[in-house]
Amino acid sequence: MNIVVAMKQIPDLQQVRIRNRQPVFEDVPLTLGNIDKNALEAGVGLKEAVNAKLMVVSAGNEELEDTIKEALAAGADEAFLVTDDALDQITSDTSASLIAAAIQKIGDVGIILFGEGSGDNYSGQVASRVAEILDLPEVGYAKAIEVDGKVARIIRALEDIEEYVEVELPVVITVVSEINEARIPSVTQILKAGKKPKEVVTPDDLGIEITAKAKITTLSNLAPEFDRKQIVVKSIDELVKALSNEGLIER
Amino acid sequence: MAGILVYSDKTSYALELITAAQLIAKDMGLPVQVVSINHVEQATELAKRVDTYKIDNAAINLADTAAVASALKQAANQLSANIVLLSSNRRGREIAGRLAQSLNAGCLSDVNSLKVNSGKIECLRNALGGATVANQVIEVENQVITIMPKVFEQAAEAGGCRLSELVVEVKAGLKVLEVKVKGGDSVDIEAAEILVAVGQGMENQGDLAKVEAIAKALGGEVACTKPVSTDKKWLSQERIIGLSGKKCKPSLAILMGISGQVQFTVGIRDAKTIVVINNDENADIMKMADYAMVADLEDAIPELLKCLG
Repeated sequence: MNIVVAMKQIPDLQQVRIRNRQPVFEDVPLTLGNIDKNALEAGVGLKEAVNAKLMVVSAGNEELEDTIKEALAAGADEAFLVTDDALDQITSDTSASLIAAAIQKIGDVGIILFGEGSGDNYSGQVASRVAEILDLPEVGYAKAIEVDGKVARIIRALEDIEEYVEVELPVVITVVSEINEARIPSVTQILKAGKKPKEVVTPDDLGIEITAKAKITTLSNLAPEFDRKQIVVKSIDELVKALSNEGLIER
Repeated sequence: MAGILVYSDKTSYALELITAAQLIAKDMGLPVQVVSINHVEQATELAKRVDTYKIDNAAINLADTAAVASALKQAANQLSANIVLLSSNRRGREIAGRLAQSLNAGCLSDVNSLKVNSGKIECLRNALGGATVANQVIEVENQVITIMPKVFEQAAEAGGCRLSELVVEVKAGLKVLEVKVKGGDSVDIEAAEILVAVGQGMENQGDLAKVEAIAKALGGEVACTKPVSTDKKWLSQERIIGLSGKKCKPSLAILMGISGQVQFTVGIRDAKTIVVINNDENADIMKMADYAMVADLEDAIPELLKCLG
């Protein structure tokens, strides 16, 4: 059986600067989403428990081959990558089509893992779209997963309740960050991981058209402006007086 | 034919979505219809406001996203709806992608604000981990939009609405073995009018009791940045403000020992008044202060408590 972890290449958000309210991506390195790394870690645990092969699947621009080394170093056995520079600004539906096609190409996939949302856009659509394309059951927001033969038992965490569910494989699962602590591979491990097997294909190879008209248009994407008073106070006494004068607190 | 369909598993959210739907409907001249799945009291409540269709089908468990999405797709088709509004809670967000795929729809999630402009629904949502706010439009006819809780007021009761039954066919895809109500901290920081939030700049766990006393004296709640909860485990996850925590709009937020990374500020930037106490006058958080004080927390926390106590 193969276990697939789908991961997204995103700009390192800690290094995105804002200039004139616009995000600046120049010289910002690419990385993998944090919750995607929790999904990978969950995959590593399951792979050892059920003796499966762990494949990382991703779609992105040509730099993906380099970015994905971190996932290979953190425990994925092989990578299946869909690359094309047009995938730089990938939309959720295109991403889902490519990942679903890759999963079909890999074959014998029992578990498909995602983070609950990508680090940059956080729309959380891709896993559900992939499950629909492949006509598979899905269990979102998993905080614990165990596999027992042909079924998985999963605890999913919602806002107010936890549901313990049982589902037959194959299944699409998204994880929350609480599920585990993802390992951080060393630089040497990342360099060595470059030798692990990688299959790199184009959207064309998978028969997916990516030039189709985008369903979403972004009219603007600006940093919010703060309109704050910016009053500097010198002491707690002065602060408390100011707040009670405004009626915000009672003394 | 076109129309707007509303669904949420939570009645209060469904009532907010009806308000959003009515806003869109007014501009675009579309009918608003709402669906309720296996929830009789909800259906009755919703039917006081808008034409409601109840689905009663034992094969649908709300935990089964595939089944719920399939039921909603059939409802949208039967009711000729092309725009579906869902709540941006975990269930709603999970249904959204699946439903959008099956309807060949464009989908926007976690929408904070929306308006109709020249026949298109413009949606504001956080992007780049909250560093920016994107204004986005779905360009295709079929649209699935999930809206954050508390963006809209709950719809008021109106007369003359129908309650009908809707029949759908689904097959169950998973079994629910057990449902547990989450125990532990039941605090609702989103509802608090005053929040006292601490970050990693508060180095001494012993100060936490004083922070709690400050919050209590103000009639507010204690909140925190993510690392204070997930790394240090000083406070429960229910108290995390930020991208992966709660988005709060208190009338007063006192932020102590917080540097101001966008993953945090996205959850508090809508507060009415923000007080920042930090030992670094150049910290990013200072930019969003109404009142800023440069001080060591080990001095400021006991002083503030004394002043309020």
